[in-house]
Amino acid sequence: MALLELKDVSMIYNGKVKALENINLTVSKGEWLAIMGPSGSGKTTLMNIIGCMDHATSGEINLDGISLMDVNNEELTSVRRDKIGMVFQQFHLVPYLTALENVMVAQYYHSIPDADEALAALKRVGLEDRASHLPSQLSGGEQQRVCIARALINYPVLILADEPTGNLDEANQNLVMKIFHQLHDEGHTIITVTHSPDVGKEAEHCVVIEHGHIKNAEVS
Amino acid sequence: MFWQLVKGALLRQRNRFILIALTVALGVSLASAMLNVVFDVGDKVNQELKAYGANITVVPKNAALLKDVYGLSGNETHKDYLNESELGKLKTIFWTNNIVAFAPLLEGNLTLADGSQVPAIGTWFEHTMNLPTGESFITGEKEMKSWWQIDGNYPIEGQNEVLVGKKLAQSKNIKVGDTVKYNGGNLKVSGIVSGGGDEDNSILTDLSVMQTVMNLPGKIDSIDVSAITTPENDLARKAAANPDLLSQQEREIWYCTAYVSAIAYQIEEVIDNSSARPVRQIAESEGKILDKTQLLMLLITFLSLLSAALGVSNLVSANIMERSQELGLLKAIGANDFSVILLILTEIFISGCIGGIFGYFAGLGLAQVIGMTVFESGITNNLIVIPVVCVLMLLVLLFGSLPAIRMLLSLQPAEVLHGR
Repeated sequence: MALLELKDVSMIYNGKVKALENINLTVSKGEWLAIMGPSGSGKTTLMNIIGCMDHATSGEINLDGISLMDVNNEELTSVRRDKIGMVFQQFHLVPYLTALENVMVAQYYHSIPDADEALAALKRVGLEDRASHLPSQLSGGEQQRVCIARALINYPVLILADEPTGNLDEANQNLVMKIFHQLHDEGHTIITVTHSPDVGKEAEHCVVIEHGHIKNAEVS
Repeated sequence: MFWQLVKGALLRQRNRFILIALTVALGVSLASAMLNVVFDVGDKVNQELKAYGANITVVPKNAALLKDVYGLSGNETHKDYLNESELGKLKTIFWTNNIVAFAPLLEGNLTLADGSQVPAIGTWFEHTMNLPTGESFITGEKEMKSWWQIDGNYPIEGQNEVLVGKKLAQSKNIKVGDTVKYNGGNLKVSGIVSGGGDEDNSILTDLSVMQTVMNLPGKIDSIDVSAITTPENDLARKAAANPDLLSQQEREIWYCTAYVSAIAYQIEEVIDNSSARPVRQIAESEGKILDKTQLLMLLITFLSLLSAALGVSNLVSANIMERSQELGLLKAIGANDFSVILLILTEIFISGCIGGIFGYFAGLGLAQVIGMTVFESGITNNLIVIPVVCVLMLLVLLFGSLPAIRMLLSLQPAEVLHGR
């Protein structure tokens, strides 16, 4: 059953720069898909569109029964909040909030902050003893795990990770990948965007984008 | 959570928020100082202008009529007088507390021992009145003519002492302590007066001396009245032309406001057969000086608040640009535009209000400095300034935040988090 479906999706900036052209993609519930490609290939643009942070120029996008082409910016924010958990390459934690508060802030904008639930999310990524630390007191790997805990806290239907290991050393990269595997095993739908073949091969499926087109789709 | 975000931002970016608070404090301090001065400057200007003497002259009705219709002075016709016994009634009118001083006048001539006639004015110098209310009231030329320069002392009432005008004293070679002989007796010169008016060529005596000389017991020519008044406006000018043309409501407002014309009207009501006329130049000067002073103050207030708003605008815009990733992140994880704007406005308003409170109290101090420097007296702290300043401060903060709100609305999480 398709959770996400893109049909002939194109993105053209300023009426002339074609970032994506006629992208067709289907992601089923519980699937882990890696989107790969070199810098400038359009994979970040695709992620922004799937992550409800941008409107495509044309095509059809359906996420969990919602047509993203038919919603306005305010509704797009609402879909992003309710359906998607985001993991960023540069972690993007609020610098003056503790690890626990950084998880709770996503709850705050979604529903009601719950410290116990947020602590449980941190425990799930092995950071319950670092809950009261500020981001500046955490290593890169720990910050990324806080980011994952924040992505999970509102029970999203889709976890979207942009170069989740791009700023991590090998040990932390393995740790983060292990968490993604656990999430996948639990039935979460995951899309990782990466240029790293090592990260890409961890996914269940992989698509490669070049010059705004899907070059091929393969099963790892 | 909301307050955690606000507190965190305020503490982390405290230097910038301190600058916002200081900018608001500067604007609010100037605004509150100027507004306090504006509200108090009317009384201050009035007090300043009181130094220039009487602003109402009371004369017999017939004398006023002859002067108005035929341009004749009382010397050329049968002359009417006012009664000295009615002077106490001046302190019984509605605006009694605004009557700060008055002096009766009786003008005539004294024939000196050498046979020459010199102008003489009978008046009160420092007279204690027992009012019908049981209070006593000290009034006279000493209270009215603060600019008079006296070589010697003011005459003591009942001691047959006089002031001699400077020019007359020079022409007659009269000095302080001399005795002036006239056809009714001897007068001791207690002082030489220089005031730049008719008094420089006259002898100023006790009122009773002139009444005896002129055989007019209990009579006076006129009364100079110094009253604290509200500067004239359109209503006052309309009433001054003819109070009967006022509507009932206008009449009540006019009568219950200390316009010079209203006070003059009330004087006429209590002094029989009198005509009380405002000294128009002084009344108009009060209005003009006050209008211009208030306009200047309000202009300074507006410009200081505008500067503060521009300063706040720059600081807030820089703050938003610096925090674009953090704010973009909040949008990315589900905050809508309203939530992010509310967060930023709360931060701005907290720092602005703290600055505003400091600014208000600094403004009170500044108002006192202005009062002491310009008027040599303190400025009354008017409580109405507080809500006015609050509203102005909120407008400054809102106006200063507009560019930031615009930036926040156009802030796209995809742009600041991923680049495009």
